[in-house]
Amino acid sequence: MTPPLLEARNLRKVYTKRSGFFSRPDENVALDNFSFTIGGDDPVFIAIAGESGSGKTTLAQMLLGFTRPTSGEVLYRGQNIHHLNADSQKQFRQEVQAVFQDPFAVYNPFYRIDHILHTPIRKFNLASSRKEAENMILEALATVGLRPEDTLGRYPHQLSGGQRQRITVARTLLLRPRLVIADEPVSMVDASLRATILESMYKVHQDYGISFLYITHDLTTAYQVSDSIVILYRGIVAEAGDIEAVIKNPQHPYTQELVNSIPMPSLGQNWIASDDSMGTEAVDNVMHQVSKGCKYATRCPHVMERCRQNQPPLYQVGQGQVAACYLYDETPALTGDNLTDTLHRRPDFRQ
Amino acid sequence: MTKPVLELQDLRVYFNTRRGIVKAADGINLQLYPGERFGLVGESGSGKTTTALAILRMIKPPGRIVGGRVILDNDIDLLSLTDEQMRQVRLKRIAMIPQGAMNSLNPVLRIKEQMILTMRTHGAEGSNGHMLKRVEGLLASVGLQPNVANLYPHELSGGMKQRVCIAMAISMRPQVILADEPTSALDVVVQRRIMQTLRTLQEQLGAAVILVGHDMGLMAQFVDRLGVMYGGKLVEVGTVEEIFTDPKHPYTQLLISSIPSLHRKRNFQTIPGMPLSLHEPPSGCLFHPRCPQAMAHCSQIVPREIEVTPGRKVLCLLYDEELTPAAQREVVDDTAAS
Repeated sequence: MTPPLLEARNLRKVYTKRSGFFSRPDENVALDNFSFTIGGDDPVFIAIAGESGSGKTTLAQMLLGFTRPTSGEVLYRGQNIHHLNADSQKQFRQEVQAVFQDPFAVYNPFYRIDHILHTPIRKFNLASSRKEAENMILEALATVGLRPEDTLGRYPHQLSGGQRQRITVARTLLLRPRLVIADEPVSMVDASLRATILESMYKVHQDYGISFLYITHDLTTAYQVSDSIVILYRGIVAEAGDIEAVIKNPQHPYTQELVNSIPMPSLGQNWIASDDSMGTEAVDNVMHQVSKGCKYATRCPHVMERCRQNQPPLYQVGQGQVAACYLYDETPALTGDNLTDTLHRRPDFRQ
Repeated sequence: MTKPVLELQDLRVYFNTRRGIVKAADGINLQLYPGERFGLVGESGSGKTTTALAILRMIKPPGRIVGGRVILDNDIDLLSLTDEQMRQVRLKRIAMIPQGAMNSLNPVLRIKEQMILTMRTHGAEGSNGHMLKRVEGLLASVGLQPNVANLYPHELSGGMKQRVCIAMAISMRPQVILADEPTSALDVVVQRRIMQTLRTLQEQLGAAVILVGHDMGLMAQFVDRLGVMYGGKLVEVGTVEEIFTDPKHPYTQLLISSIPSLHRKRNFQTIPGMPLSLHEPPSGCLFHPRCPQAMAHCSQIVPREIEVTPGRKVLCLLYDEELTPAAQREVVDDTAAS
């Protein structure tokens, strides 16, 4: 069996901080015990969602090899990404691409869009002639819905944030990666332009069979494009599975609170109606560290004594849906905490 | 009918830039009634924040208020006040909750110090002990413990800082609260709690709120009436029900149909065309280059405000049954200039 494209094995990242010179260091677990694989053959569109401090960006940084895990490892085609030889390293950088948050910061303002798009083709020897390179660029631009006359020959500052972010997606596409890790790709773009970026990502996924890991705080856009979702809460997987199940029928109390907190752009949700039963401090104070037990216990309306003692494992609460909550301890727990099967259960692809 | 607590009449804010005059807010007419929640939406650069800042006369150069009136309580035109008189209006009668509470608190002052200083600057009197009692009462009203008064801003989370800003905004019991994207940097769970707090306090005070933002979900859940801005103009005003169920302006129609929701997957509908550049505004209606319903004369005539039903205003030629002499004059002016 060939090893999967990318595999995360029990990833854990701890940031330590000393508040004073002689004080004991504060440990902040950014991500704990995260395992899954993304194969190259079965294209998936997975959302990683969570609020600030949930560990979603830490996960992206570790999967891309920008941050080393405290323990656990990231394997690219079976090899630890920090021990790749030069050739594998180059192949990794081609097959796994990134789209970042800020479309205003990623471009050198002195280079025209042409240069930005030609560079990856040149670096990776993707075209045998200038003509072929140009055709590739035209094809990539068409896929993301940009017209060459609006973009080529222009400088980044002449484009809108939405156009720039689509240029990033087009550049990614030129490399024919197997996986794109997109960290908040639409959060800095005006709301009116977000759909264009999501659409181009979805089209690249559909037309070229490229997998996406879409990292976001916004469940609504996650729902728009993704097939499955992982909900992180303070470094722990709270819930994961088929997006339809998780969003429409959330099982973990945190996911329920999260989904109910989204203001719906429709009338009659009664979103503002007060149910301030839980203290605002617990909700507001993200910095507060929970040393043991379920991280959500301080806020949870269903909290039990055992929740404060141990972190619950992921229980299989439904078809392709797992939740880390003792409310479901009568259902079987997920073996090895590996999310792969949960996230890849795609009826339309599997049958 | 009740009289508006705040009325904007033909408010215009222009920015002098090297590339010419940018009309950031251009002829805004708006009535805000006591106790109501009004939403101001639009894409970035549409002039919503500029309009809010102009109400408090906080526009900084190169921007300036070039015309119009801002009438508070049917009585005073804020634009005619002296700086000192205006200072007495701020916070006491009109307060602002700024965008990004993270950066609006003074990092070197404890919360109680800055709250007391702010209140004293705007006319509050009393002993320090009395003021501290007031601060603790205000913090309690936004759901914070009294010990927060002794903390510095960096010791608070984003949500707690935003609560402090709300406490400050209501400290002098204002009649109008301007909230400029008060929760845009916060997570949804915190956002909901903060908006609930704001709503409760606003109702207790009977204050009117102008909520500035671009999140249509938040607008649908929080405000009573909505104004839609495009290119420095208020292109449509109506109740939330009217705007969501029967949008009139083609821009509003596209805006409503492009909102992503949890009800429809893969809705990639968007507003066609490039975002507007106010440096080189198109002639006639500013939206005509992107408008699917544009007519031949949309590029020539600047639309005027049409009241389609009482209180329901739209700036679009589709609803203009007769072209006014004023509008026709503008056509002539345009042709003469070109």
